[in-house]
Formats: sequence, structure tokens, C-alpha cells
Amino acid sequence: MCGIAGLIHRGKKSDVGSELTSMLQALKHRGPDSTGFALYGSQIQSEYVIRFKVAEQEDLNSGFRIHHDVKLRQEEVDRRLDELGVDVKEKDLATEYACRYRFAFDGDMKRLADYLEDIESVEILSIGQGLELIKDLGDAQTVSSQYGLSGFDGTHAIGHTRMATESDVDIRSAHPYWAYPFNDIAVVHNGQLTNYWGFRREMERRGHRFVSNCDSELIAVYIADRISQGDDLESAMSRSVDELDGVFTYVVATEDKLGMAKDVMAAKPMVLYESEDFVALASEEVAIRSVFPHEIDTYDPYEGEVRVWQS
Amino acid sequence: MAKLEQGDPTEMGMRTEQLTGRTQQVFFSAEESGNLTYPWAPEVDFEKCSEIDAENLSASDINKQIRSLMSEGYGTITVLNPGAKHSLGVGILSRLNLRFEGSLGYFGCGLLDGPNVVITGRVGWSCAENMMAGTLLVEKNAGSTFGAAIRGGDLVCRGDVGSRTGIDQKGGTIIVGGKTGAFSGFMMQRGRMVILGDAGKNLGDSMYDGTIYVGGAIADLGVDAVEADMTELDCEWLQRKLALYGMETSNGIENMTKIVAGKQLWNYDNLEPSEKKLVL
Repeated sequence: MCGIAGLIHRGKKSDVGSELTSMLQALKHRGPDSTGFALYGSQIQSEYVIRFKVAEQEDLNSGFRIHHDVKLRQEEVDRRLDELGVDVKEKDLATEYACRYRFAFDGDMKRLADYLEDIESVEILSIGQGLELIKDLGDAQTVSSQYGLSGFDGTHAIGHTRMATESDVDIRSAHPYWAYPFNDIAVVHNGQLTNYWGFRREMERRGHRFVSNCDSELIAVYIADRISQGDDLESAMSRSVDELDGVFTYVVATEDKLGMAKDVMAAKPMVLYESEDFVALASEEVAIRSVFPHEIDTYDPYEGEVRVWQS
Repeated sequence: MAKLEQGDPTEMGMRTEQLTGRTQQVFFSAEESGNLTYPWAPEVDFEKCSEIDAENLSASDINKQIRSLMSEGYGTITVLNPGAKHSLGVGILSRLNLRFEGSLGYFGCGLLDGPNVVITGRVGWSCAENMMAGTLLVEKNAGSTFGAAIRGGDLVCRGDVGSRTGIDQKGGTIIVGGKTGAFSGFMMQRGRMVILGDAGKNLGDSMYDGTIYVGGAIADLGVDAVEADMTELDCEWLQRKLALYGMETSNGIENMTKIVAGKQLWNYDNLEPSEKKLVL
């Protein structure tokens, strides 16, 4: 089933970490397997934040050596960053296997990403100037507490609660997906894509990488591919409604935009609330109510509808 | 038990086979009006009013409180702060004035058979699914599959409604003040749907029977759905029905588009349960 949610403040910042946690917790019944957040915070000129993991959560239960291996992988990441001339300003370990680095770098970001993911079990969750992508097993409250998301000051955010149907219960298959190798683009999805494998092979031939067997990852890669060919976000999303087959509603965020698209059958839910300075959307209204308890006017977007909002 | 006469029903398009089933045999006897309600339905007094504040209650607790109040004879119940929770007000099978001050989530007020419900906010997917009788009025918008498989009663939304409105509709009336999404009236089998705004694509796709009236533009018609001529009877019925809810179409009732099934796909009688009562 899965639940998706997004919010954007227009012209101001807010504690989007807490707001999205509330929304996703209200959607827990739609998918308790994993929860993910893509939060967009303050941007510092010429600095980036990378979120990556060096193991799956369940790997840590697989023997004593794993703790040693995890340290070695992180040391190798550090070594390779140093080799590429990356100026790491700050290092945080949210968990033993999930890392957050703030760094300055003016080289080829795709090469950096590929070089790091070449290390065993290392997967980049996101790179961006504003984007920080966090995902792990458990409900929203659990993941939010584990990663200290309360108090995250930002303009917009998207998130996902997952009910695993087509791939494993692990961080790799959790949403959101970062649109590798493009900074600051992330996607969450509710639905099934029936032309996943054909499209995936086409994307792989064009040099895009997939880290999971989850059909939702295709949307992030698709958007990245269209943007690399010169489309703007709204054009790429409109095209996706025609080209992606299946039933889906997805939400995408960039450094300053939030967008949603719905398939031509309108088979997956989405509820929207829009005011002059705030937009919230979610699979169920009860999620929006968790940040707006008072009476508000909401509506369902229609089949094939694509909307984009600016922060 | 009343039996079907051969004459009138056939003239009205009914099949001649004997109807079976408990509902037809027991409850729809015109001579025994008491059978039109369930024997276990509580006696309620519409003048006896009560409120439930749903803010900190679960859906299950809210529904239990409604039932508890009904068993105490309360005939008018207002639910405050429903907070878009799912499955509220379901399975009410007797007379009741029920008012929700706010919005409902999914599957709100499903399986109704008799109450008059007003929802001042919006409703999520599958509102009033399988409704049998009564009225339900939504003051704002509604999600998809609004009135799925309803068999009777009046289901009204003043705002816009999502896709697949009245999917598998088997009777009753659905009225939408605004527009509807794609596949509205999909596999409609009986009853009437009135859309005062625009209708999305594939309207009436695979409909067996029933009638759809549209006041605005129609994106396109589904398989087997065709346009038919508006008759005086149609206009009179629409006039009367819309007036009940203070609604009107901007282009005039006579200019509405009437959609019916282009093929006879059904193999059943085509009378509403309420109309059948008149025949019996």
C-alpha cells in the first residue's frame, strides 16, 4: 500500500523534520516496514551534504566481524574522499552504519559518487546542497528519533512509509530515492510500475545506476534522465505520466520545488491542501490533519494531473 | 407476501420471474410498513440530541458511542472533530440524524440503510459504499469511488468528486455539485447520477443500465455509453431532486446531457427498489 507525504513552505522556513514526522506517523498503517525522509534545509554556497550507509541495519546482527568491517568501509570512504581532494568540514554518525558528511568539492560529483559506491556495501543515499535523505527500518517516530530529525529547519520535505510488496525490507528498498547523480532531487512513490524492467534496461544502457530492485527507483532515475536531457521538472513529470505504465502517485522534490504526479487511471490516492504560504499533500487527509488540526479545505488531484510548487 | 403481477411490471420493463431473497419477500411488503425497518433497529427520537467529541477517540470508539446513544433513544447526534479518521459512521441501519462537523477519511458512512447524514467537511475515498437507503450530504469535496455500489438513497456532494464516482452503482441517486474524475459511472447497473459540473474521461464505461445527467462538459464517453434525449420526465425529476438540496445547474436543466447504456447488457429487472414498492 505505502504512504507518501510532502510539504512546502513558500517564502519561509519551518521545523520540517517534526512536521513530516507527524505526517508520516499518521500514515503508519499504510506501511510499517520502513520510513524515509528527504528534508531540504539551509544551503551553503559551494558546500554539500552527503548521506550514505556502509551496511544494512540487519547486517549488524550477522556476527562480530561486521562491526570491524563497518569501520573499515568508513575509513575507505574517508581515504577516497581525501584522494579526490574533497574538503570534509563535518562528520556525523547517526547510527553505526549511516553517515552524514558536510564537504566542499568542485570536481565531478558523478565520479565521486561512483568511486564511493565502488566500496563494498557503501550506498549513497543523497548528495545535495539542501537535501538530506534519511531512511531506515521502523515507523516515522522511530527513524526520526534515531536520526534526530526534530528541529530540522527547512523549506520543504517529502517522505514515505513503506509496505514492502515487490522487494526486501531493507534500507536499500526504502524510499525516498535520490535521483543519482543529480544533486538535491528525491522521489517517493505509491503504486506499481508495470514497465519497470524494460525501462530499467533502457536507463542502464544510458549509464544510470540502480541500487535496488524496487520499481519506485525507476521514477527517480527517469526524472534524472529527463533533466539530463534538458527537461525542466514539470516537463519531465508530465512526460512520465505518459511513458510510465501502471498505477502510481509520486512526489518529487528539488532544491526549491515540490511536485506531484498521478497516473491516468487515478488509481492511487492523494489529498492536497494548498494555501498562500503552505502546501501539504499526502496519501490520506489524516496526515495533513496531523499538522493542521483545524478545519481546512482539501481536494483530490485528478487523473494524469501534474503539479509543481516553488518554495 | 405480495406477489408480482404479470401486467404492469412487464410494461415497465421488468422481468417476469418471481423475485426471491429476504429483502424482497419480507421487508418490501407495501401492506406491512413495519417491515421496512429492521426488527432490531432502536426506537429513536429526533428531538433527543447529543454530541460526541471525537478528537481523542479511535474510529471504533466513535462508532460504538453512536450506537450506544442510538440505543438510548437519541435521534440526532453530532460528531465534533472527526479529524478525517477512517470508517466513521458505518453500518447504521435505522433512522437517525447524524451530523459530522468536519471531514471524514476513507470508507466513511459505508453500509447505510436509513439515516440522514450531513458532513460539513470533505470525505475521503469510498464514502457511502453500499448505501441502501437514507440521505448523505457532503458540504465540501469527496475522494474517489464516491458511492461505490450504492443500492438506494440520495448521496450528494456539493463540491468536486474524484474518479470512479458511482462505480458499480446498483440504485439510488448520486448528485455532484462540481466535477467528477475519470471512469465515473463505471459498470453502473441502475440508478441515477447527476453531475452538475464537468465529467472526466470514460464516463459511464461499461454501464449496464441507469442514467447519468451531466451539466458541464464531458471529456469522453466510455465503452457502451451513449447520449440520449432529455425528456420532460427527466427534467421534472431533476428539478424536483435538485430542489431538495438547493442545487442548480448553471446552463439550465433542459440543457443537461443524458447518458445511458447503448447496449442491453443486463439480465434483471430495471426498477429501483422504491419503484418496485409501488408496483407490488
